[in-house]
Amino acid sequence: MAVIAEPIAKPASRFQFFFDRREVLDMFLVAPAVIYVLLLVGLPLLLAVYYSVSTYTVYDPTWTFVGLRNFIDIIQNPTFIETLVNTFIFTFGSQLLGLVLGKFGAFLLLRPFPGRKIVRALIVLPFVIPVALATIAWRWLFDSLYSVFNWTFIALGILDRADVPNWLGTPWLAMLCVIIINAWRFFPFAIVIFLAGITAVPQDVIDAATVDGAGFWRRNYQIILPMILPIMVIGLIFGIVFTFTDLSIVFLLTQGGPVGATSVLGFAGFQTGIVSGDVAHGAAISLFMLPVLLVVVVFMLRFIRRREI
Amino acid sequence: MNRLLSRSLWELGFFLGVAFFVVLAAFPFYWMVITAFKENSDLYDVSNIPFWFNDPPTLEHIKYLFQETLFARWLWNSLVIGLCVTAITLVTAVPAGYALARMKSRKGEALGITIFLTYLVPPTLLFLPLSRIIAELGLQNSMWSLVLVYPTFTIPFCSWLLMGFFKALPVEIEEAAIVDGCSLFGAFVKMAIPLSLPGILTVVIFTFTLTLQEFVYALTFVSASDQKPITLGVATDLIRGDIFYWGEIMAGALIASVPVAIAYNLFLDRFISGITGGAVK
Repeated sequence: MAVIAEPIAKPASRFQFFFDRREVLDMFLVAPAVIYVLLLVGLPLLLAVYYSVSTYTVYDPTWTFVGLRNFIDIIQNPTFIETLVNTFIFTFGSQLLGLVLGKFGAFLLLRPFPGRKIVRALIVLPFVIPVALATIAWRWLFDSLYSVFNWTFIALGILDRADVPNWLGTPWLAMLCVIIINAWRFFPFAIVIFLAGITAVPQDVIDAATVDGAGFWRRNYQIILPMILPIMVIGLIFGIVFTFTDLSIVFLLTQGGPVGATSVLGFAGFQTGIVSGDVAHGAAISLFMLPVLLVVVVFMLRFIRRREI
Repeated sequence: MNRLLSRSLWELGFFLGVAFFVVLAAFPFYWMVITAFKENSDLYDVSNIPFWFNDPPTLEHIKYLFQETLFARWLWNSLVIGLCVTAITLVTAVPAGYALARMKSRKGEALGITIFLTYLVPPTLLFLPLSRIIAELGLQNSMWSLVLVYPTFTIPFCSWLLMGFFKALPVEIEEAAIVDGCSLFGAFVKMAIPLSLPGILTVVIFTFTLTLQEFVYALTFVSASDQKPITLGVATDLIRGDIFYWGEIMAGALIASVPVAIAYNLFLDRFISGITGGAVK
């Protein structure tokens, strides 16, 4: 047992007195971000709840407490029920379509071929272009007079000029268009998520399964799928949250029309709360998103926890 | 022979599949390009084949955009908003990401996850109360409201992203600096920050593209034409009554999308590993 060296005394620094303890420094460093988020996310969230149980409007900003009356008003409105149903159709329709496209796309892109990088860059375009601008481009594609799809149908002799579809003017077609655009926007995201998951599966695991006699399907569904499930779930959660609460696509494409056929929660909240200035009812409508978001968040937490342990 | 036939059929199917996906993804973008450079007479003539130029391409729409509309102003607004938001994000998210990465307790981890989860709180839930707060602050109808609000989603996202970068940085480097006489804070500023410059660059790119992509807050808070950022201006301001100026709209959309598309494409893998947080190791 010999003493090898004595530590040299640290020269005093200006910050030493404040930050000589790790925990104090960490708290100090994380504080600005936490305060910003508390003030501009936490506080508004509480305010939203508060507005929803008051009679607050832009024109009459008095804070009278009315309990759950706003929520009851909303539920009793048949238009709102339609909006709620639309939101679910829009969310699950577009996520399903996006996932199917994503799975096939990933399957194709998994194999190396010349020009794969360029192909990938082109395929991710829908996800990287600002969604508002992409939606405007789609509106032009679905134009009632100059729609290129209709032009093609007529040119190929499939349809007559008299009975071409009015994409954004027919209720079910408008809903289909909104779903297609959102699926179009998210499928590259699904592809990239699938690819990231599959390439992260260690090759030796797959080899071992092959040696043990697992065939193509068994490898796919009993080895690879369970291993990429966490990353897929996280991708899906993102898709669901951002679709369920979306406003841009509906606002720019259909304005909720025709006759409310594509009105979704985000759009209804915007119309009532911002356009009509009825903040109380608008906030109540927006808060209907919260239960869905909470379920999604709980899922996410569980998956992140599983990863960290 | 039979095997050769089925093999080439398989190959054909494969490339047809790839072509299908490329067309599906890129066609609206192609349509933007072709509309932006077409003469109006060509654009609005249904007897022309719409897929290519029947008249020679023109710069008329782009010229109109810069001379007769506030397009240049919107570009400038977006640039200012992007730079300010990036500055705010860097100042808050870099220290936060570092501290979150170095916290060893369970509490630190929970804090990190909580901050990240706020990224998932949607604008459509917050826009009503935020619009009241902005009105109270006297910022309604001003682009500065967006500078104030955009960090609510860039800070959580970038803190999380940077946390990953700092975690990958060996803590021994900082410890060595401390042994050599650096303070804890000095080790962060002089060692950790320079070594994580690639991560910080990623954050700058993302903050910028996220502000360019945002639409809901801009739509809610800003209605004065000269205060609009580019995405909002192009999507809502080039329409007079029922008339859409399609050539100008598509030209504007094209100019605004191209830089975002390129930047995002280059950093997409980092974006994905950022949001999945390495769910698969």
